[in-house]
Amino acid sequence: MSTNVLQANILESEAIYILREVVAQFEKPVLLFSGGKDSITLVRLAQKAFFPAKIPFPLLHIDTGHNFPETIEFRDQLVKKLGLQLIVRKVQDTIDAGKVTEETGKYASRNILQTETLLDAIEEFGFDACIGGARRDEEKARAKERIFSVRDDFGQWDEKNQRPEVFDMLNGKIDHGQNVRVFPISNWTELDVWSYIEKEQIDIPSIYFAHTRETFLRDGLIWSANDEVVYREDDEKTEERVIRFRTVGDMSCTAAVLSNAYDIASVVQEIRRSTISERGARIDDKRSEAAMEKRKQQGYF
Amino acid sequence: MEVLKIATAGSVDDGKSTLIGRILYDTHSLTDDKLEAIERNSRQKGFDYLDFSLATDGLVAEREQGITIDVAHIYFSTQNRSYIIADTPGHVEYTRNMVTGASTSQVAIILIDARKGVIEQTKRHFYINNLLQVKDIIVAVNKMDLVAFDEEKFNKVKEEIQTLIDGSSYKGQNSTCIPVSALHGDNVVKKSNKMPWYTGKTLVEHLEHIQAQDVYEEAATRFPVQTVIRPKTDNFHDFRGYAGKLYGGRLTIGDKVTVLPSGTQSTVKEIFFYEETFESAEKGSSFVLTLTDDVNVSRGDMIVKTNEQPTVGKELEATICWMDKKPLTTATKYGLQHGVHNVLAKVITVETHEEANFSETITNQHALQLNEIGNIRLKLNKPIFYDSYHQNKHNGGFILIDLQTNTTAGVGFIK
Repeated sequence: MSTNVLQANILESEAIYILREVVAQFEKPVLLFSGGKDSITLVRLAQKAFFPAKIPFPLLHIDTGHNFPETIEFRDQLVKKLGLQLIVRKVQDTIDAGKVTEETGKYASRNILQTETLLDAIEEFGFDACIGGARRDEEKARAKERIFSVRDDFGQWDEKNQRPEVFDMLNGKIDHGQNVRVFPISNWTELDVWSYIEKEQIDIPSIYFAHTRETFLRDGLIWSANDEVVYREDDEKTEERVIRFRTVGDMSCTAAVLSNAYDIASVVQEIRRSTISERGARIDDKRSEAAMEKRKQQGYF
Repeated sequence: MEVLKIATAGSVDDGKSTLIGRILYDTHSLTDDKLEAIERNSRQKGFDYLDFSLATDGLVAEREQGITIDVAHIYFSTQNRSYIIADTPGHVEYTRNMVTGASTSQVAIILIDARKGVIEQTKRHFYINNLLQVKDIIVAVNKMDLVAFDEEKFNKVKEEIQTLIDGSSYKGQNSTCIPVSALHGDNVVKKSNKMPWYTGKTLVEHLEHIQAQDVYEEAATRFPVQTVIRPKTDNFHDFRGYAGKLYGGRLTIGDKVTVLPSGTQSTVKEIFFYEETFESAEKGSSFVLTLTDDVNVSRGDMIVKTNEQPTVGKELEATICWMDKKPLTTATKYGLQHGVHNVLAKVITVETHEEANFSETITNQHALQLNEIGNIRLKLNKPIFYDSYHQNKHNGGFILIDLQTNTTAGVGFIK
């Protein structure tokens, strides 16, 4: 028996409170797992919330087919280690079924297409709560998001008519067919997540650390040279660079940063000094001023 | 790291979003790419200055109309601590958002246009901050550049504010007036050289000196049970733990506790958090506890110290702020959520609170329209375990849920 006192970590305690509310208020929750640091952090928070019991919901990965192989490898190891249930639904299947059409050209991405796959999966399994790792500091449309965010039968976000969230009370009452998107780390910043990963010694995919990779430059950003997934013009010459990724999205829409941060402590240092925001290297947000809001209205997480 | 939660309030065009943008800019919290986006969009709109409101007005409709519609959460940090700002819209019709923002905040920044002084909206902001008992109020007297940084003008506003404070019912508040120009950055982060007559702190200096304390954490110990943990694994075969977050005080192994509503007494046996066990747990922490006796505890129950019991009752009197388009009337039934406990409530009486509504157009004394504030008496189908709001913010607040639409229709503060 230890004699220590449990002190509150405000953000961690809030996230755990939210995760427990999900399990108490919904019948079929699921955790949307991308293999990125935010969803990995959510897995640790869920372990903490229900220990000594196991995490009482499955993980859902919407596989765009454009993932970094390192992320998929990491995902499978994590699931195995923790004995979790993993559901994978593929964007390729949605394309093959003729439900969506693949984008073409220089900026082609499957980012928008995955919304359809996600909505299909929600319907297939009857999920009533989808837990996601989105944070309000990431993007200004996300700054308007509730912790329990109600979506209609079409998975859509009605941004002008959101339920007020007073105190820390979470109202998860919904009608059949609706679902709620839940964001337990809404109030965390990028630095909060990294500091937590450091403190908790949480394993993350290797692409978050500096490594040598064949890359090319476009629009002042560094892209992974992978001709199967990332479109490249003939005059976009590749070169080996020492880089790392700050976010783990698709290879086709996530740019790298030059870095020599080989361990978590150096990553945290680098984030502290950075003058570019995390989503600055996400081309999916740069399509327009309202890119994120539009995707959210359609059912994106 | 410490977190200080702030809510902002101001009328349309008082420059609230500009002030927040200025705080972000001057604390170097805006990264280069975000700043470039603001520059690009400001230029496109034909402005010859940086329109910082573009940093916070996240919705298309907001940027179109140049107003804030919904609460946005904004994060910045200094060497000292992290800040979360709930940026709440200033329109009369969006009072519900202001209450939402203020309900989790310890500090309120109220903006006033130096040219206009105290207006109806300011009185409403003060009223709501009093009702919610927000501890620290900063009155930012903005647009000082438009009154030639005139000390007289500032003093006049300060006097008007003092009159408001003198008339307020909640006396535990600290308030400070600061003359600023959000557009030009005077007295926001950096001291203004245009107002040598002002010798006080800048806005952010003042924030840095406020002691951070979570608004829910100042009162008696309350442990609402969120869910029961039963792992049924080999190692924890008969384990039965109660998961929740602790509000107020501290729980220690051996503490005599009472489970509500049953009234069963027991003792704290173990405190678990993830793979560790603890001797005690501090307020604000989330954990799992076990009791020495095999008692019946389920979600919505509350574990309290036996010598610190709340009121257990099926009738309530409260002040209520109405947030739904469908008016609140007597004899209607609602879902009542009190923390993690849900019961049914029937409205016995409703009365509008004339002084709270600042309008001559109260049409029905016995109904509450959207954004109106009033008094309510409720009868519940099952007892809840509550404190008065002024004694315990967390355990004295509740929400009413419309049973048809499931929306959060009102927020109550128990008397």
